[in-house]
Amino acid sequence: MANRIRLFIARMISLAVALLCAAATIGTDTALAEDTVKVAYTSPLSGPFAQLGDTQLKEFQYIVDYLNAHGGVLGRKFELVPFDNKSQVADALITLQRATDQNIPFILQCSGSNIAAALIDGINKHNEYNPESRILYLDCGAVATELTNEKCSFWHFRFDMNSLMKSEVLVRGLPKDLTKVYLLNQDFIAGQSMQHDFKAFLAKLRPDIQVVGEELIPFGKVKDFSPYITKVKASGAQALVTGNFGPDLNLLIKAGLDAGIDLKYYTFSAQFAGGPTAIGPRGDGKVVSVMPFNENVAPKIGNADADAFTKGFRDKFHLDFSDAVTFRTSLEYIQAAAKKVGSLDPTKIAFAMEDMQLKDFLGYDTVMRKADHQVLMPYYTSTLTKGAQYDAENTGLGWVPTATVMAKDVDQPTTCNMKRPAM
Amino acid sequence: MEVFVVTLLNGLVYGMLLFMLASGLTLIFSMMGVLNFAHASFYMLGAYFAYSVSTHIGFWPALVVAPVLCGLIGAAIEMYGLRRAHRNGHVAELLLTFGIALIIGTAVEMGWGMMPAPYRVPSLLDFPLFAIYGTQFPAYRAFMLLISGAMFGAIWAGLKYTRLGLIIQAALSHPDMASALGHNVPRVFTFVFAAGTALAGLAGVIGGNYQVTEPDMAVAMGPVVFVVVVVGGLGSLTGCFIASLLVGMVQTFSVVLDYSLADLLRLGGVQVTDTMPFNELLTMSLPRIGPLLPYALMLLFIAFKPRGLMGTRDT
Amino acid sequence: MKVVVHLLRRHWLWPAAIVAALLLPFAFFDWAHGHHSGFVLVLLSQIGLMTIFALSYNMLMGQSGLLSFGHASLFGLGSYCAAHAMNAVKAGTFWLPTELIPLVGGLGGLGFGILLGYLATKQRATAFAMITMGMGELIAACALMFKGFFGGEDGITTDRVLGTSILGVSYSAPWQVYCLVVAWTAIATLLMRLQTQTPLGRMANATRDNFERAQFVGYDPRMVRFRQFAASGFFAGIAGGLYALVYQIVTFDTMSADTSAAALLAAYIGGSGSFYGPILGTILVVLLQSGVSLLSNAWMLYVGALFVIMVMFAPGGLAGLISRHEPIRRIGRLRALLIPYLRLLFPGFITVAGTVILVELTSFATIGSAEGQHLQIGARSIDPANGMPWLTGAVVLVVGGVWLRREARNFGVRWNMLIEDAKTKWTRP
Repeated sequence: MANRIRLFIARMISLAVALLCAAATIGTDTALAEDTVKVAYTSPLSGPFAQLGDTQLKEFQYIVDYLNAHGGVLGRKFELVPFDNKSQVADALITLQRATDQNIPFILQCSGSNIAAALIDGINKHNEYNPESRILYLDCGAVATELTNEKCSFWHFRFDMNSLMKSEVLVRGLPKDLTKVYLLNQDFIAGQSMQHDFKAFLAKLRPDIQVVGEELIPFGKVKDFSPYITKVKASGAQALVTGNFGPDLNLLIKAGLDAGIDLKYYTFSAQFAGGPTAIGPRGDGKVVSVMPFNENVAPKIGNADADAFTKGFRDKFHLDFSDAVTFRTSLEYIQAAAKKVGSLDPTKIAFAMEDMQLKDFLGYDTVMRKADHQVLMPYYTSTLTKGAQYDAENTGLGWVPTATVMAKDVDQPTTCNMKRPAM
Repeated sequence: MEVFVVTLLNGLVYGMLLFMLASGLTLIFSMMGVLNFAHASFYMLGAYFAYSVSTHIGFWPALVVAPVLCGLIGAAIEMYGLRRAHRNGHVAELLLTFGIALIIGTAVEMGWGMMPAPYRVPSLLDFPLFAIYGTQFPAYRAFMLLISGAMFGAIWAGLKYTRLGLIIQAALSHPDMASALGHNVPRVFTFVFAAGTALAGLAGVIGGNYQVTEPDMAVAMGPVVFVVVVVGGLGSLTGCFIASLLVGMVQTFSVVLDYSLADLLRLGGVQVTDTMPFNELLTMSLPRIGPLLPYALMLLFIAFKPRGLMGTRDT
Repeated sequence: MKVVVHLLRRHWLWPAAIVAALLLPFAFFDWAHGHHSGFVLVLLSQIGLMTIFALSYNMLMGQSGLLSFGHASLFGLGSYCAAHAMNAVKAGTFWLPTELIPLVGGLGGLGFGILLGYLATKQRATAFAMITMGMGELIAACALMFKGFFGGEDGITTDRVLGTSILGVSYSAPWQVYCLVVAWTAIATLLMRLQTQTPLGRMANATRDNFERAQFVGYDPRMVRFRQFAASGFFAGIAGGLYALVYQIVTFDTMSADTSAAALLAAYIGGSGSFYGPILGTILVVLLQSGVSLLSNAWMLYVGALFVIMVMFAPGGLAGLISRHEPIRRIGRLRALLIPYLRLLFPGFITVAGTVILVELTSFATIGSAEGQHLQIGARSIDPANGMPWLTGAVVLVVGGVWLRREARNFGVRWNMLIEDAKTKWTRP
């Protein structure tokens, strides 16, 4: 009996070899299509954050097709290579391995600062030991402030504003007659630091506003937010300021709307997959979100080209195009830097992108700050209301921009001590 | 006072929702010994079925159709799956339901997509019933209380006054004896499993639009329901009812009571500073750990009172 | 000398497996660029450490009949201990060879195993499962709240290039770490194998099978459970220590319910009744997780379906399936099964293909349509909006299913005949 099993194990091992061979050939299959500029895209395509990863992949695919139709990069086409990281750090590092195995020069990751931190660490080590297959990390949405401060890296470029900057935009966008706010955040590092940032900016920019209550909620564990709403109501707050995302945000706003109390919600993430659906028609005029883009910006500033570009996505996928600016800008920086140095070498492109200035497709100025590789870009405060030209998730409500903060206005200092490789 | 009354109402609504979910699980667990890991998945299925039915026919038919569909799936799983796995013991049955939970989870993602479904409260019930200290109490919540209360009454009366109920009760406390007396215990098992999953489906119909209908809702609700069943005790519907309300109240009141161990120590004259060992633990306020309290409660119960509140047998 | 030869003849598979494990990465060696495939090495390292973890899980499930839903807590806590030790060594707080880092994880796992085991082993059976589930939830939640030890959602980052290797290896390359993983996997597997022969291992079986009798003989079943739990924590911790070395970062994912579930799936699918079963299960589950998840969005569905099929039709897992052939092998009639198996193969393949077509069509129609990928079979791209592929899938599934049923019946007849044969012919030597 034991012998049989041993023999079977021996066979299993050979089977495993065969399977791995099969997997490897499939892996190299995509590598065969030469002459494209490959961009790895690692995101949660399964697991609890899959809806976000899935939508973002569609957005990227649309942008890549658009850029390829308009000249690509150095006459070659971008090719997006998606990898599923199941929103787990270990799987994200495995996808990094797969990307570097195939000598892919760029990797995109747009969700989860913990994954971003792990990727930065992994890329630092990889690029140090493997100078022949270096890779650049294009960060299109991991917003933890530390990624361009304490943990800043030469190989990491962030194409979205960090959470400290976003907090400032949010506080600047608060209406003048507001006097009492309630702060609520998720109880983990990002949430705790946002709670701290909000307080600091309120004290600095709006000393007339009183913080009547603050709360940290366990991350992803609360199923019924009614008690929190009761507490907010009792505090007499006129507005709830929160950095929550996902179900923690959707359920919170839903509970508040159900209770019918007179409260406005100031957020960062209400526009993302499922937010407007969960809020529903009762949220008319009550939810404000700070965002790098929404589709109603282009018609508002009268940019027909930009409008046509974003409308194309909506017509094709029947989805909101929330990340158009951040995603497109990140690839356009690569385009411009490659053109400038006439090469696709990651190190050269990285040096070329430092202090590079570019107009985003709406026509606004952006700059990639050399000191910490943080982009400075315009940001919009928008309210979810009826009657917008483009509605969100077919709810009849759409994001209407109410305030814009230009890139130069959010030029916050950085503590980054950048280590650059020798040219 | 204001906060107290509103919180009490919130706790009641949440507790009753938990009870709807947990009552079915208690029946299944007590009677068949199967810790049904897929129970919360049926809650999710109920919500999605209700969403689909309500977009085509309407909410009121969905209230009947969705639980029936869940019950039929449950019956099929019992007859073709659990009965076979039963020969290999309780662990195999438990693992079977675990596998089914995986399958239902992916199937829902594939069938309805990963985005939350826009499953809304029917317009007939979409108005504030009354306002209490300025906080509105939606009519839909009153409806939820009504349904769950009626459900409790119906199960209780069904168990007490019908022949099938008496057999189930007998099988609950003395399963071997009931089968020795010649009752068709397998058929009773199928009925109980189907009824339990149908109850979970009903909870989904009602809870899906109270919360958010999304593919993650089963994973989010699952563990809490186990807590209720263990705390309530095996074989006792009343225990399950009390435990549901208890867990509901613990969760809601812990949010409102803003105290920490450090406050307790301060009463005793000890000031907690940053340099003290475990200061992270001592200054952790109750609202921050609130949602974890049910698990702590469950651990205490299993370790020191395995019978639960009103159980007739050890867990 | 004679002893060595004897040992080698009896246990030849051990060295053979180690050599195979060390040669396997060269099958994927990139000769053009002269380096290993990093992905394959990480995947194989993952298989190695998950093997230890699944075996340690089976010390509870298979050996002692304890179903744990929180075993990942021990794995994760061991991993955190190892990461902190690595950072301390790097900072020069104390000296420890890199090779012994997993041992720190093991000791961490042992310590927490004793702590948690004290409460958990008060109960057995379902109550034990519930306690471990509750503990798992609590500890995973703590990881996000207490920044000091767990580092919040960023986890603990560490660097395996410590410069303290007693072998003079830098461990900067994945290949070097992989060798270390292979060594530790072999050591841990050997130790766990030997543990099953100890009085404790035997008593764990006894309390699993009949705990009242074990009590009657004079053993305290709770103490047996407790010691078994702590020992299993030790090995889970070793696996955790290797995790810290391979990934150089430890986050709360390591303690999540998903990690526990992976061990459960691996141990059960492989066969919890046999010592080697979980190894087979681990290879299969890791390949499914990392391999199939690249090819299909619905990979969880396949894992779930495989698991359900195993629970219903092969409760002994893969190892159990193999051992069922034992009586037929003893009478030397294994060859008689070859044709029936081949006849099963084709309809089985068709049935699976039909299922996969339908599942993938659904998945592409709802989830995947966007990902720039198109459903392709060979060079033809297939449009899920079209009715034809659905019909094909359904027809293939039905035909395959009916055919498989027929063949299965034939196979059953043949199988029973052989088993009967075995019963009559076989006499004890």
